[in-house]
Amino acid sequence: MIEAFGYEFFRSALLAGLLASVVCGIIGSYIVVKHMISVAGGVSHAAFGGIGLGYLLGLDPLTGAFFFTLGVSVAIWGLMERAREHIDTLIGAFWAGGMAFGILCISLTHGYTSDLFSYLFGDILLVPPEHLILISLLGIFVIIIVTLFYPALQAVAFDQEYATISGLPTRGLNLLVLILIAVAVVVLIQVVGTILVIALLTLPAAIARHFSKTLSGLMIKSTIISMIITTIGIFLSWIFDIPSGSMIILFGVCVYLVVTAGKEMFNHRVLSGREQ
Amino acid sequence: MDNEPLIEIRNLTLRYHGQVILDDVSLTVRRGDFYAIIGPNGAGKTTLIKAVLGLVPIDSGEILLFSEPAGPKGRARIGYVPQYQAFDFQFPITVHEMVLTGRLGRKIHPFSRYGLHDFEAANKALSRISAVSLSKKQISDLSGGERQRALIARALAGEPEVLILDEPTVFVDTPTEEQFYELLSSLSREVTILMITHDIGVVSKHVNRVACLNRKLYQHESDQLTPEMISMAYGCPVDLITHGDVPHRVFARHGNEP
Repeated sequence: MIEAFGYEFFRSALLAGLLASVVCGIIGSYIVVKHMISVAGGVSHAAFGGIGLGYLLGLDPLTGAFFFTLGVSVAIWGLMERAREHIDTLIGAFWAGGMAFGILCISLTHGYTSDLFSYLFGDILLVPPEHLILISLLGIFVIIIVTLFYPALQAVAFDQEYATISGLPTRGLNLLVLILIAVAVVVLIQVVGTILVIALLTLPAAIARHFSKTLSGLMIKSTIISMIITTIGIFLSWIFDIPSGSMIILFGVCVYLVVTAGKEMFNHRVLSGREQ
Repeated sequence: MDNEPLIEIRNLTLRYHGQVILDDVSLTVRRGDFYAIIGPNGAGKTTLIKAVLGLVPIDSGEILLFSEPAGPKGRARIGYVPQYQAFDFQFPITVHEMVLTGRLGRKIHPFSRYGLHDFEAANKALSRISAVSLSKKQISDLSGGERQRALIARALAGEPEVLILDEPTVFVDTPTEEQFYELLSSLSREVTILMITHDIGVVSKHVNRVACLNRKLYQHESDQLTPEMISMAYGCPVDLITHGDVPHRVFARHGNEP
């Protein structure tokens, strides 16, 4: 296992996993507390349309995904602000529509669509150096923005109505959040693929939530948990020679189930102990 | 200036999906008032408050805050205590952090940070409702009454001139209800209060003005609650409230009573 560190690509993979964890811890926490899991799912699946478009236009698929996902986020935001009632349906339309568009683009693309599988399901062991730089820059962007706007973002997530009365630009802040989700999705595609992004955005925050009293605490703990999960997932992927996305997510799901069940049992025992 | 009008609602009409929710409602809340609006569920009480706060559009009529057309400037001087069923109390936030968000109305930029003055105001608000000991608790660990008090502290942190409360006693259990009204009563000496409730029994000795709302607003010229107002608002004579511990100051003694 130790010999893995001898390989440049393995060290890059670990670094990419750690960097992506920062984004996923911060944005994932926000998504979980603001009940935006389905929105994030819609954006992340629609990103596949951008990957397909990237192939068709001969661009880097991840660059295609970046711009396409930003567009989808802005569109979802615009529709959310206007038609509040059927947002679930709208998200479903973007979710499936984006993927269908991606498939259309890929079938129109001449020649070999390399790495398609890794964009769908992620293979961090194949991360090229230029993506490492992209992930770092986007990670820094997320940290700066969230730090800068933290009090306002916290207020909007907790009680949007009150934030509106307080005079905060809640619509603008919601757009900012959707843009941040788009950024997070692009960062995480390399790690776990478009289809599994939603799991990496929600599992660490869902686990950390059991131990967090504040949003900032949740963000930090989610980041650490995500780092542990991705690192162990990458090692498992190396050992069993299975794509990293599936190993990271399966390991994350196991941790989530164990922690949630453990917490339930602990609470149960504490409560029944009190009764005696 | 005493008696100065802080909230003026003039001939307000509001429809939702074609249905009239508020019909020609006029109301004035003056400095120093402890004003209660009572009415049955679905009478439009929450909608009235949301119109004052600019959360729902109005069809006709006008709303003045501090003698100016309602706007963000006026709203910043109002402390709002919403109904708390709408909240996600599993949200990871401590009482102190939540109370601090009450300061945001005083900020100009969305990326403002909390300063020393904000922390002082939050602490003052918490001590005002005797909840300093709750400060570090997560809101999910609070009881119903504690949550309600924490929401009041958030509103007080913005140093408002008017406090608007929407059904503040729904989740306050009966033994602490009287205590809760004592708290509101003592607050009313410092800040004007407008409170809505569906519970007639709570329009106790503490409030000094009262109106009944059921689509239309019914007011007695002396601002006292009369059985006629209640029967108009509730659509039937309300017998039970004339029994029990209804303070005489609220109900005028009728001339023909022995």
